[in-house]
Amino acid sequence: MTRPTPETLAHSARRARPAAEPAGDTDHAPTPRTASAPAAPAVRQAAPAQVSGAGSLVRSLEALGVDVVFGIPGGAILPAYDPLYDSTVRHILVRHEQGAGHAATGYAQATGKVGVCMATSGPGATNLVTPIADAYMDSVPLVAITGQVARPSIGTDAFQEADIQGITLPITKHNFLVQTADEIPRVLAEAFHLASTGRPGPVLVDIPKDVLQAPTTFAWPPTLDLPGYRPTLHPHGKQIREAARLMSTARRPVLYVGGGVLKAGATEGLRRLAELTGIPVVTTLMALGAFPDSHRQHLGMPGMHGTVAAVYGLQKADLIVALGARFDDRVTGRLDSFAPDATVVHADIDPAEIGKNRHADVPIVGDAKHVIDELIAAVTTERAARPAAELADWWTQLDDLRKRYPLGYEEPADGTLSPQYVIKRLGEIAGPDTVYVAGVGQHQMWASQFISYEKPYTWLNSGGLGTMGYAVPAAMGAKVGKPDTTVWAVDGDGCFQMTNQELATCALEGIPIKVAVINNGNLGMVRQWQTLFYGERYSNTELGTHKHRIPDFVKLAEALGCVGLRCENAADVDKTIAAAMEINDAPVVIDFVVGKDAMVWPMVAAGTSNDEIMFARGVRPDFDEDEL
Amino acid sequence: MTMHTLSVLVENKPGVLARVSGLFSRRGFNIDSLAVGETENPDVSRITIVVNAESSPLEQVTKQLNKLVNVLKIVELDPQVSVARELLLVKVRADRNARGQVLETVNLFRARVVDVAPDTLTIEATGTPDKLDALLRDLEPFGIKEMVQSGTVAIGRGSRSITAGPALRAA
Repeated sequence: MTRPTPETLAHSARRARPAAEPAGDTDHAPTPRTASAPAAPAVRQAAPAQVSGAGSLVRSLEALGVDVVFGIPGGAILPAYDPLYDSTVRHILVRHEQGAGHAATGYAQATGKVGVCMATSGPGATNLVTPIADAYMDSVPLVAITGQVARPSIGTDAFQEADIQGITLPITKHNFLVQTADEIPRVLAEAFHLASTGRPGPVLVDIPKDVLQAPTTFAWPPTLDLPGYRPTLHPHGKQIREAARLMSTARRPVLYVGGGVLKAGATEGLRRLAELTGIPVVTTLMALGAFPDSHRQHLGMPGMHGTVAAVYGLQKADLIVALGARFDDRVTGRLDSFAPDATVVHADIDPAEIGKNRHADVPIVGDAKHVIDELIAAVTTERAARPAAELADWWTQLDDLRKRYPLGYEEPADGTLSPQYVIKRLGEIAGPDTVYVAGVGQHQMWASQFISYEKPYTWLNSGGLGTMGYAVPAAMGAKVGKPDTTVWAVDGDGCFQMTNQELATCALEGIPIKVAVINNGNLGMVRQWQTLFYGERYSNTELGTHKHRIPDFVKLAEALGCVGLRCENAADVDKTIAAAMEINDAPVVIDFVVGKDAMVWPMVAAGTSNDEIMFARGVRPDFDEDEL
Repeated sequence: MTMHTLSVLVENKPGVLARVSGLFSRRGFNIDSLAVGETENPDVSRITIVVNAESSPLEQVTKQLNKLVNVLKIVELDPQVSVARELLLVKVRADRNARGQVLETVNLFRARVVDVAPDTLTIEATGTPDKLDALLRDLEPFGIKEMVQSGTVAIGRGSRSITAGPALRAA
């Protein structure tokens, strides 16, 4: 793709960095996925060199192994874009800073590396707030670099000034306002270390313009100075032995697996632990792919729209072993009636998660990989000493529930295209190696239910914050991180209209993502709640994408440099998906025009107990005959 | 609910107090009193926070505090084995007739007069919150024109120091 002409940057007079690239810049060591990454970001050594603050920033990014930055330049960050122009770091010019943030998140979620986004001061920085909050809720390793007005102007309500450090205090793992150019390498190294280790999370680095312009010395590696940051990676042996004992004596145990298992790169160990113990597994929305959906021991996803077997499994369990999960309200339903008979083993790298929502009988602080490896060893020892409790009765009950209440859907009575069918076929045709990226709403839940996730890091979504508009930019980031993998965004017509401008970025930068717009003409999930809880009064949920075909998603896709396809009936679903799969030199958007009345089932209504799960509208599973 | 006194050792850097106090309000806690100052190590500040809370939510907020990168150490001080003090400055109406009685109260509480005006005395007192409350009660009848109180500062009894430890030396 063509770069901007030098003239567009010419007024930024200083080219602080020598034009020659230091050798070895392409030797990017990937950031390890596990939280037990080495402390020092010792990618390589660099002898002290005279540069500007901006030069120091860009050389730090190179030394940290960053291969791509998503961003938009502007006044305060402009000095950084000058050395970036010559750098090995690829900069992808997005159309809105929110797109930069979600793209960095998608990149991080797909690759396990730190995602990086960049924006200018003021509105550039505040446009990053949503993706930063999103990354905070989903523990995504993200580094956001923002320009700030020059130090003498800070606090004067200067043009494009916003206190982004103050604004992001509650939604970052940590943030920095850089005070001098000399500290740039250290702060960047600390930011990457904080973002990627322990419980990962977003870190913001705010750099005043005059600091970027100041002369400084760049040397690498810097020494980290984080005396208050000591994540506990290795679990306590006594707690592990107690957990192993409970896992061998429990009669109705469940492994409750959360996103922490993916973050820790512990999916292989999880499978071994599950198969060693024979314990049923549930994977949360953030953990889909951590355990193969097709595995006999997988009960599915728990929670508000989880499977009956997974919800019931947790609810009736006598032992819940939570691994990297946080007893989120969407999983537990009403807390006071959640899993009333269960003893809880709660393992998490973040001590503050343990006991936050549900009392932990056996608290384990540690990285999921270490926890699982040590549990395997302890369970093996335990089982050598005495036989484990028999789980056959438990499995009989769970299998019976799986048989009686499988995930399913009814074809729409009005003859419209079924959204679930579209998503199911997409998963079957695109297969288990594809990365699926969802927005937020009904289509997200159907994508979690009707696509089979067999491999880790193939399902990306906004779980904690529930950010509509996540899918297109996150898919873009995932595709940049995994260029040889097919990336499908499964989006809704509401979500798609929030961030589709990034398709222009995809088209121009050669990022051929595929987007399935599940277009039901409405804010579908909100409409579902209006159907169920507001007497079918559809206040402000009709979007007009059916009635008026505004916008026309096919024309919109074409205007954005993509291929636009439309599918309106079941007979065309397979061939339309196949046509999209054939196109690999441009982004593709399929407008799937689907019925508006389809609902997501099963459902535990907000604020009710998991015991009150509804299998379909007006249909409650009969648990009573299963009472023990 | 009970009063808890937390000693929070933090890196002496700009903005750390905002991170700590913001966390309390965000998690729904009211800070009863807060005092902050440097320690024997100029790189380390000590924040003393008195908070009225049940013990289990307090544990949650302590864990969240511990996650702040600039927080080095948190110790809850047991009132039985620690010393806690506040500072009070109070301007009391004390004309020629009342002055003798006011001075008598000052002496009884081992407080000090730090400023004199024709019709007022300004008194400095340190002590536990209970003692200062009692002093104020006795001064009230004369007429309190103005007063200001510091947050509680507190330290453990005995020779042990909470600032010792490898983490803090690294700071």
